Amino acid sequence: MAIELKMPALSPTMEEGTLAKWLVKEGDSVKSGDILAEIETDKATMEFEAVDEGVISSITVPEGTDGVKVGTVIALIAGDGEAAAPPPPPPPAAAPVAAAPAEAPAAAVAAPVAVVAKADPAVPEGTAMISLTLREALRDAMAEEMRRDDRVFVMGEEVAEYQGAYKVTQGLLAEFGARRVIDTPITEYGFAGIGTGAAMGGLRPVIEFMTFNFAMQAIDHIINSAAKTNYMSGGQMRCPIVFRGPNGAAARVGAQHSQNYAPWYASVPGLIVISPYDAADAKGLLKAAIRCEDPVVFLENELLYGRTFDIPDLDDHVLPIGKARVMREGTDVTVVSYSIGVGMSLEAAEKLAGEGISVEVIDLRTIRPLDKATILASLAKTNRLVIAEEGWPVCSVGSEVIAICMEDGFDDLDAPVIRVTNEDVPMPYAANLEKAALVNADKIAAGVRKVLGR
Amino acid sequence: MAKTPAKKSAPKKASVSEDLSRANRERPAEPVPYKATKEELLKFYRDMLLIRRFEEKAGQLYGLGLIGGFCHLYIGQEAVAIGLQSALTPGKDSVITGYRDHGHMLAYGIDPNIIMAELTGRAAGISRGKGGSMHMFSTEHKFYGGHGIVGAQVSLGAGLAFGHKYSGDGGVCLAYFGDGAANQGQVYESFNMAELWKLPIIFVIENNQYAMGTSVNRASSEDQLYRRGESFRIPGIQVDGMDVLAVRGAAEVALDWVRGGNGPVLLEMKTYRYRGHSMSDPAKYRSRDEVQSVRDNSDPIEGCKAYLAEMGVGEDELKALEKEIRTIVNESADFAESSPEPELNELYTDVLVEQY
Repeated sequence: MAIELKMPALSPTMEEGTLAKWLVKEGDSVKSGDILAEIETDKATMEFEAVDEGVISSITVPEGTDGVKVGTVIALIAGDGEAAAPPPPPPPAAAPVAAAPAEAPAAAVAAPVAVVAKADPAVPEGTAMISLTLREALRDAMAEEMRRDDRVFVMGEEVAEYQGAYKVTQGLLAEFGARRVIDTPITEYGFAGIGTGAAMGGLRPVIEFMTFNFAMQAIDHIINSAAKTNYMSGGQMRCPIVFRGPNGAAARVGAQHSQNYAPWYASVPGLIVISPYDAADAKGLLKAAIRCEDPVVFLENELLYGRTFDIPDLDDHVLPIGKARVMREGTDVTVVSYSIGVGMSLEAAEKLAGEGISVEVIDLRTIRPLDKATILASLAKTNRLVIAEEGWPVCSVGSEVIAICMEDGFDDLDAPVIRVTNEDVPMPYAANLEKAALVNADKIAAGVRKVLGR
Repeated sequence: MAKTPAKKSAPKKASVSEDLSRANRERPAEPVPYKATKEELLKFYRDMLLIRRFEEKAGQLYGLGLIGGFCHLYIGQEAVAIGLQSALTPGKDSVITGYRDHGHMLAYGIDPNIIMAELTGRAAGISRGKGGSMHMFSTEHKFYGGHGIVGAQVSLGAGLAFGHKYSGDGGVCLAYFGDGAANQGQVYESFNMAELWKLPIIFVIENNQYAMGTSVNRASSEDQLYRRGESFRIPGIQVDGMDVLAVRGAAEVALDWVRGGNGPVLLEMKTYRYRGHSMSDPAKYRSRDEVQSVRDNSDPIEGCKAYLAEMGVGEDELKALEKEIRTIVNESADFAESSPEPELNELYTDVLVEQY
């Protein structure tokens, strides 16, 4: 019986990749540990090793094939006592194979859905758009600001030679050199403090945390040193720094690597907290954050890094901090969200449109200061509101939005505001449990039906 | 059993222990006591006396309820700030410290009125009354605070040093911390990066023997704190922090080393605080005799007075100086007591720099 070699998942979030190169050919004998092929993910080129011994009887996906889904059979190995030839009939190249549950990437729950967002009023009408991944948009934002201002530098774990743990800083070392793109030891508390001190001394640091889960080791400097200094010094000492990195759940990485810190940082006076959804906002807001005189916590999402969005083709795309964006207009109910939740909300709105329900979707974009006016204006129009958040429900951004609706929008409410969030548990590892713990479009749609009494 | 009583453990002159001086790598030169002119020595004396009298007055105002919260006095440690900061280049080198920061501010010649007014929480205070005793800054002097989280200033100081190197401005950062902070993890994270990147920074441990109420030898497995940087290849020097000339001499050596592009250096200043950790500390963890013995035998101001006597400065001149200082301090107390509290609208200012 031939052994099937399948396109491997080479990162927790990989769904497909490019079969860049075969290092073996049909008829070659291979043994465990031999390198069979090079596979490109959106983050890196990885080597694919043999696990079984035998003879390559058939290569079913030729090198250079893009978009090979994880789980696709890419080659066959003839087992012991089996003739290497003739090979069995090859399946069609790059045809996706129904992945077994054990191999299904959990990222599938966050699969992109083709939903067209409303144009951003901050972008001039008629602006040409280009297609870019969110990862590239973030990199471009940093590169543009580094070209503009020599005080801007990037520091963090693996940001330079490795090109970023998630390849967000790809190419920066080559362009700006080791003076401005600085690899640190694994010492979050220390380098967050060094960045903060450098900002106090007049530089413009961009501090990357490999994930915000690790920033808990450094949260003292973010809050006690960066956020409070301007106030404690009576306005004398500023701290213009950006702390950035992925936040929230990734895919199957367990409880310690899956947490949304937006509510934590958003509770702190003296901080700006930004959590964009699409690439245009990520770029425009990161540029604004780097120019900002105040300390900024910039919360990205790993599952969005590889997603492609339209982005305005402007020389200097800078967006205002503190302004939410109406992503889709509607009349029956408002769904407020941010970060990856916005995509799920747009997906839910699309589904609900088919049921005759008109949903307005608001992307908060900045979590602190929160754009109350946009939330309340939408509530005044729809009179019903749901907040969708990829995070825990207790003391969440959703809790704050509910408080705003109660305090300033009570007369506009026709129904209680509903939070649709992750479950109130540490993130489980098992695929089915993780899926059950996370918010998704169906849960948001159910919340919308509930506030409408349907 | 206490290993080393404070007084005896303070070496008579700056020295590098033998085992380390034999280490097979380049080290800073052995410091020698600074040869001050009479004018310089008089200034050291005056500056130390100002800190002493200012702090005594602050203690008094605390007792009267005019100063609130935490108030950490620098009495006994004056020679450290004066000896070190007198060696810096104004407007170029930066300084950062913890919450026991009044002395470091005064060492810059910053107006005592606005420092005392900060202690009493008045609008005229250097932080407009919003920082208090622990949070004072003067970016004009490149004095970056005034930090209340033990050890935080070490990482922040490494950041200031990073800025000096990045900008190529030739400045050096002086980052002070105590024997208590010397056990914090982030100190070692910062040591590592500072040496790795050869940052221009002088780490100064003000070893006043007690981290709040815990003596060094009850808290530190290696109680010779100048050795704490050696595993990061940061040379350490132990200095008599009660002798302003020894301190200044060590500052010269440290600055030469750092300005020469050799990376950081660690100075352990063996010093002593006469008062409690803060105003609310009854200091039951040490004997009255111990404190008295340091006062009698190692007081930095009395020591400086003896040097001045050797140079022929008479009692009359010092008495006149004492009178002048008392007047300055009394005026600062009057100013701090009589100037108005911040306007209520100041509650909401300076949270953010920009409007959103």
